[in-house]
Amino acid sequence: MKTLIKGGTLVLKDGEKKADLLIEDGKIVKIAQKITAPAGCKVIDAAGKHVIPGIIDMHVHLREPGFEGKEDIESGSRAAVAGGVTQVCCMPNTKPVCDNAVVVGYIKNRAKEVDLCKVHPIGAITVCENGEALAEAGKMKAAGAVALSDDGKSVANSHLMRLAMEYANDFNLKCLCHCEDAALVDGGVVNEGYNSTVCGLKGSPRAAEDIMIARDIALAESLNVPVHICHVSTYSGVDIIRSAKARGVKVTAETCPHYFILTDDIIIGYDTNTKVNPPVREEKDRLAVIEGLKDGTLDCIVTDHAPHSLKDKQVEYNLAAFGISGIETSFALSYTHLVKSGIMPLCALCKKMSAVPAEILGLDGGEIKEGAVADLAIVDLNEKYVIDGNKFISKGKNTPFNGFEVYGNVKYTLVDGEVKYGE
Amino acid sequence: MFKHKDLLGLKDVTAEEITEILDVADDMKKYLCGNVRKSDLLKGKTLVTLFYENSTRTRTSFELAGKLLGASEVNISVATSSVQKGETLIDTGETLDAMKIDFVVIRHPMAGAPKLLAEHVKASVLNGGDGMHEHPTQALLDMLTIREKLGKIKGLKVAILGDIKHSRVAMSNLIGLKKLGAEVYFYAPATMMPKDIEKLGAKTAKSREEAIDGADAVMGLRIQLERQNGGLFPSLSEYSRFYGVNDEILKYAKKTAIVLHPGPVNRGVELTPQVIDGDKSVVLEQVTSGVAVRMALLKLLSEYRENCL
Repeated sequence: MKTLIKGGTLVLKDGEKKADLLIEDGKIVKIAQKITAPAGCKVIDAAGKHVIPGIIDMHVHLREPGFEGKEDIESGSRAAVAGGVTQVCCMPNTKPVCDNAVVVGYIKNRAKEVDLCKVHPIGAITVCENGEALAEAGKMKAAGAVALSDDGKSVANSHLMRLAMEYANDFNLKCLCHCEDAALVDGGVVNEGYNSTVCGLKGSPRAAEDIMIARDIALAESLNVPVHICHVSTYSGVDIIRSAKARGVKVTAETCPHYFILTDDIIIGYDTNTKVNPPVREEKDRLAVIEGLKDGTLDCIVTDHAPHSLKDKQVEYNLAAFGISGIETSFALSYTHLVKSGIMPLCALCKKMSAVPAEILGLDGGEIKEGAVADLAIVDLNEKYVIDGNKFISKGKNTPFNGFEVYGNVKYTLVDGEVKYGE
Repeated sequence: MFKHKDLLGLKDVTAEEITEILDVADDMKKYLCGNVRKSDLLKGKTLVTLFYENSTRTRTSFELAGKLLGASEVNISVATSSVQKGETLIDTGETLDAMKIDFVVIRHPMAGAPKLLAEHVKASVLNGGDGMHEHPTQALLDMLTIREKLGKIKGLKVAILGDIKHSRVAMSNLIGLKKLGAEVYFYAPATMMPKDIEKLGAKTAKSREEAIDGADAVMGLRIQLERQNGGLFPSLSEYSRFYGVNDEILKYAKKTAIVLHPGPVNRGVELTPQVIDGDKSVVLEQVTSGVAVRMALLKLLSEYRENCL
């Protein structure tokens, strides 16, 4: 099976190049100025468009098993490929919790049946994510888990977290740390600041996130093991990570489009689609997150895709579920707000959305070059569209970006050389 | 001219509209305190009080206000409603709408709930207090009382002491009093002071003396006793000693100063018994003003419904 992508601009590791790209048996076999289509070869016209490495979103909630009303592996995968995403890592806060090899295996099998994007399960750090006992990391790894996380909360007990990081490292697994001191959050639902005061909504201080970032970095540093910090939202958290990196701590970190695009001004009006954990914060945080992305303190961009059903969101702000359905809009939002606005070149953005997550988790993919796996997306950077959550393929229509004008519409997504979205 | 379907907060109304409400409330208060109390103004109109939190005075006050103007009323409290069966606020609202209710007074522990309800019902929604957000009718009755007792609001210094952070009364008073040109001083333990409140125009005092110095009106806020368990202050006696209003500290206020409290008072905590029962106290006057303000609002909202909806 051969496919030729003709006339596009390829986004390579260090720049862009106008070239044709030939795929054979799921691999990129040839990149050249002009390739003549071999007999029986499928041809995709990419003239005027960009060919980017398939996005690797290492922080996604697919909700299956257990919360299929919000999303399932099929709908989530369909949404992923619509967003140019070819690989996702799904968080273990399902029902039952993905804290054992059986659930890991179930997710892998369902993903294979669905056959859209590649799905890599993340196992829980602790049994039932309840922070009391270590889950079977080794067995989960053998079944296909690529990392460990108790996403949605921190392991409150610092000693247990230390043991988890030490043990996981034996299996070459990283802990992906959702950083939140629950006692300090104390029921807060938005960022603590002027806007929380105006709305009368309970605020959660930056310190609640920063303390856990600092703790997990301190553990990693003292144990000399790697650690990954999830969805960084505070200016002070960026600083903690930056100084740790300068000391040589093996820390990597991610952030999400909502943290570098939005501020908590959006909570005025009580739109529950703005409710997310950690909360969107203030302008100085937003700017610091962008600075962190630029200088490499924040290694990669993920979505924390958190689809919810309407009934989870059409309630009082306090009662609404936390989370943003983001997988279909991450490229367009990131492109519009980071590349088109001149903050970083397209190849740097693609690295943060693909090559770097692959490197952090040891996944195959993330780069367009001869011999590489043909996980690709073809995007039209000039095509403007307006985000409308109701048109999402995901079951989760919950986005605070309704009405946002973005550039960078995804036209095709190929996984292992096969077209999974487009046409 | 008052032009709103709902009254969700003083944030949404102008200084002129507040003055209009207070002017109508002045008339209502005369009517309330007079001998002939029969009005058909709201005859045939229905009012529901939908309370997700306990309340005695706000609820009774709204009920009386409606009754005195001839409206029919139904009370729904959480314990007797289908809320406990898991009905959403939106479903409850749509059900009330289907019963052709004209006014819904809602009290809810969560900020923004009245707005959510208002967006889904044709009835006029009156906020009877939502979480830590607003309690507009309380602030209006406080302003009515202040204006009546002191003759004006513009240029006055109002000191508010207590749990500012969790107080929707403080928030609505701040917004309303600022709109009418008063200065508002807050004094509270740091654990009970909301973030960035100065940006809303409040002056945050460093001491009780600074807050009360030269004040025209002094308001103590009710301390929710469960806050002590939350560690926001160590003990009631310590609170009363450093943050309470007593005769000693009132010497810093103007001679003509009045003392307010939204009630119910924890005697000896926010205010000493001497202050509550003293000649500066207008606590009971506030209660009367409350009925008048709510009558005025029902009248104005009803007029808007008839003329503009």
